[in-house]
Amino acid sequence: MSSVDSAPTPTPSLGKDIRDGVRDVVPIMLAVTPYAVVFGAFALDRGLTPFETLLASISIYGAASQYAMVDLMGHDVPVWSILLSVFAVNARHVLYSASLQPVLGQFSWSQKLAAFFLLVDPQYASSHQRAHSTGLRPAYYFAYGLTLYLSWVGANILGILFGGLIGEPSRFGLDLLLPMFFMCLVFGFRHKPRFAVILGASVAAALAAFYLIGSPWHITLGG
Amino acid sequence: MSTVHIILLCALVTYGSRAGGYLVMSYFGQVHHRVMAGLNAVPIAVLSALVAPQIVTGHWTDAAAIGLVCLMSLRLPLLPSVLLGVLSLVTMRSVLGL
Repeated sequence: MSSVDSAPTPTPSLGKDIRDGVRDVVPIMLAVTPYAVVFGAFALDRGLTPFETLLASISIYGAASQYAMVDLMGHDVPVWSILLSVFAVNARHVLYSASLQPVLGQFSWSQKLAAFFLLVDPQYASSHQRAHSTGLRPAYYFAYGLTLYLSWVGANILGILFGGLIGEPSRFGLDLLLPMFFMCLVFGFRHKPRFAVILGASVAAALAAFYLIGSPWHITLGG
Repeated sequence: MSTVHIILLCALVTYGSRAGGYLVMSYFGQVHHRVMAGLNAVPIAVLSALVAPQIVTGHWTDAAAIGLVCLMSLRLPLLPSVLLGVLSLVTMRSVLGL
């Protein structure tokens, strides 16, 4: 076991880690599962078979990658350009993964390899928050990650079965749940050194890139 | 190349991006303190970069609701802030018809 960086509160038990992980992920589940349901309907509409649609959710597990891929498949573009686009929408994950390096000290190698597979935006954000408060342990990470993964796949199945019946998620204000969650986390870091400078510079760079180059490179440059 | 092959290649690219940053960091071993300071800033920078375009391109009620959540998060825990934000958005959209 490697050392924990100075945790201000006593280390929670295994059970508490798991309970906290599940508790923290519930609001996120509500925010992301509509995207999985809609993806099911969207992919079938674009001519994927139910098996292919489900395979995409199970093996890729990333809203942006999945939507970009299905969208481009419909345009009859070469495979390398699909892969390049998928990499572009995922470029921020390289940053996530690099910045997790200091907080994965308590993970074994096989746990790390599994952890990378589950490393989606909210997973990353909550891992940093957890590392900041009580230290990040595998039990918390996987309780959070597996719950989200299973609900993603489950919601995708619902979308494949009943996709035609659902309307727009914006009717319930759910389309902005994820951005709101992200901003809360950002302000949760407000006591870090140079918070305002980082925030200002990143927003400016992201907006400049968004207008000049186009999405999704603004995320890479903002980061 | 079949659809299934393309899907699996996309899965590989996605996994690669999620593992890549860590592997590069580990390969270089001890990291310079400047790099460390940079990585410390990543969560703030990336998360705000994800949200910023949405604020300027969306409807003004979207920006108002996100701004409200930012303010509430200074005082309230995460969940109440987000719930109040969603509630305010639904109110502005459906009840007031903005």
